[in-house]
Amino acid sequence: MAQILVYSEKPAAARELVFKAKELGAALGLGVVAAALGEGAAGTAAGLGEYGADRVYVSEDSAFAGLPVDVVAEALAQVARAAGAEYLLVSSTRRGKELAPRVAQKLGAACVTDVNSLTLEDGVLVAGRYALGGATVALEKLDTQTKVFAIMPKTFEIGAPTAGAGEVFAPALSLQPSAVKLVDRRPKEGESVNLDAAERIVGVGRGFGKREDVALGEQLAAALEAELACTKGLADFQWLPEERIIGLSGAKTKPDLYVAVGISGQIQHTVGVSSSKLIAAINTDKDAPIFQLADYGIVGDLYQVVPALVEKLKGL
Amino acid sequence: MNILVFVKTNPDLQMIRIKDRQPVMEAIPYKVGDLEKNAVEAAIQLRDAAGGGTITAVCLAEANRRAKETLKEVLAMGADEAVLVTEPALEVADQAAVALVLAKAAEKTGYDLLLFGEGSTDNYTGQVGPRVAEILGVPQIGYARKITGTEGGVQVERSMDEHIEVLEAPFPVAVTVVSEINEPRIPSLMNIMKAGKKPLAEYSLADLGLDATSVVAQKAILSNLAEEQDRKHIMFDGDPAAQAEAFVNALLKEGVLGR
Ligand SMILES: Cc1cc2nc3c(=O)[nH]c(=O)nc-3n(C[C@H](O)[C@H](O)[C@H](O)COP(=O)(O)OP(=O)(O)OC[C@H]3O[C@@H](n4cnc5c(N)ncnc54)[C@H](O)[C@@H]3O)c2cc1C
Ligand SMILES: Nc1ncnc2c1ncn2[C@@H]1O[C@H](COP(=O)(O)O)[C@@H](O)[C@H]1O
Repeated sequence: MAQILVYSEKPAAARELVFKAKELGAALGLGVVAAALGEGAAGTAAGLGEYGADRVYVSEDSAFAGLPVDVVAEALAQVARAAGAEYLLVSSTRRGKELAPRVAQKLGAACVTDVNSLTLEDGVLVAGRYALGGATVALEKLDTQTKVFAIMPKTFEIGAPTAGAGEVFAPALSLQPSAVKLVDRRPKEGESVNLDAAERIVGVGRGFGKREDVALGEQLAAALEAELACTKGLADFQWLPEERIIGLSGAKTKPDLYVAVGISGQIQHTVGVSSSKLIAAINTDKDAPIFQLADYGIVGDLYQVVPALVEKLKGL
Repeated sequence: MNILVFVKTNPDLQMIRIKDRQPVMEAIPYKVGDLEKNAVEAAIQLRDAAGGGTITAVCLAEANRRAKETLKEVLAMGADEAVLVTEPALEVADQAAVALVLAKAAEKTGYDLLLFGEGSTDNYTGQVGPRVAEILGVPQIGYARKITGTEGGVQVERSMDEHIEVLEAPFPVAVTVVSEINEPRIPSLMNIMKAGKKPLAEYSLADLGLDATSVVAQKAILSNLAEEQDRKHIMFDGDPAAQAEAFVNALLKEGVLGR
């Protein structure tokens, strides 16, 4: 029997994908298997069974130390072949996004990354992802025998575990250690911000001339009781942490109000705010693309407009 | 040190208009991809730090994409040579096909280090780099935010979802870069003039031992539509104080201030 194979290095993402795979498998008449690889894999396996994997391939082979993508890809390809996998679902985390095409290449499979919707249409799995930098949503179908989908974490709702424990299976893998060696690994400094849930957001961009000036954006955010967010352009200067980036490679938000300050409005940014109820923009350039997306626009210098706004809001 | 940098000619996304939810792609200018510029800059810095080596820019394009201009821009930045593969059949190719052609071009050129953008400006699939690496059987390191030359290889600091990792690899190795790695240089007028004299080799698929059947897409795009947007487009005029007042009044009316 053909199978859906699920893998993610993140246990929570793996459980989400297994849960979804179970639903798809029921509709397609396919079983669900999962792979848990590397340190701690045995511990992850049980959870995957409970969320719907009939069998979990577990290996803590020392070649997985540091999770080198070439070794993980080879292992996953071997498991996929052994299991007769027709579909591979992996998470489109950074690790998953570099893994998926490599596994696909090994299996002669088509692949789609950054998937943010997955639906069955007449027995065919159709994947949605942003295209043209976020200007459009492309719906893709894969024509190869084996198909690889890298899916953004938290795309699907995960329900309560319903299945049994699932069979734990130790595959015989033939692996070479990677030539790439992990020398150091440290957590990013970042902070936790929950832009996804924010009701009001002030976004700051490269219109701010100096790092210190971002304080103006903070004052506006405080006056509006809003979260502070930024463009990738600004985060690349390391003026604000990556967690605050909105857009294609950052958070996708849906606040009641988004105020873009000194932001040009390039598509890779605006894709992260286009679901806002209201969008306002402050920019010196009347032709800035952000105004095309704005409900309210102020053509002006943020260094004058923002202090005026803060004063006005404080007086309320 | 033989560095290959893979650059694509990308449509200028800012110039794409949406009509009836469809992107209008006619008459769109093409330019070097943003992240590929970062990759070229990284290659130049590595070569210059090593005090030698050759940077070859490799571009694959269907005929109409201003590919030569793209390569000239990269040569003006500081790449030494360029390789261009043009093929009308590529119009419909997907990442697997592109990767196959690029891998063949790499084999023909020779390489120690293969540099890619983390994603191309328009597609942003991140597939081409890992697929080329797999075809060539070389290891890969994604999301480099710093690359340093070592004896016979590279040390890469890379940015993952929650961690910074430092990795080391001997040549040959494939590396993809993120935008924070550097600020790409803008070529001087003199370098733009000089770029025209640098070697630019053109290959057909046949030169690489391939034909149009090698670049058939493995997937189909069923639809590609913009999400609907309906915005008010109200602009506030006057001095900053007047603009601020009008804006705050509008927000009060919308009921989005306070709880
Ligand atoms: C693959 C890929 C993924 C990307 N992902 C993202 C993403 O997730 N998020 C993201 O944000 N970007 C992303 N980008 C980058 C994106 O393309 C833009 O480069 C970025 O959003 C631009 O940031 P910005 O608006 O801050 O800067 P700029 O484009 O430089 O705009 C600055 C604006 O400030 C205005 N300005 C200047 N001075 C003043 C002043 N005194 N007062 C008021 N206004 C002023 C200018 O008129 C200008 O419009 C991505 C790019 C690529 C290629
Ligand atoms: N047609 C092409 N020619 C040269 N390099 C390419 C081409 N397409 C993709 N690449 C390289 O592969 C990277 C990832 O592209 P993509 O898989 O489309 O996101 C790009 O940043 C380029 O370095």
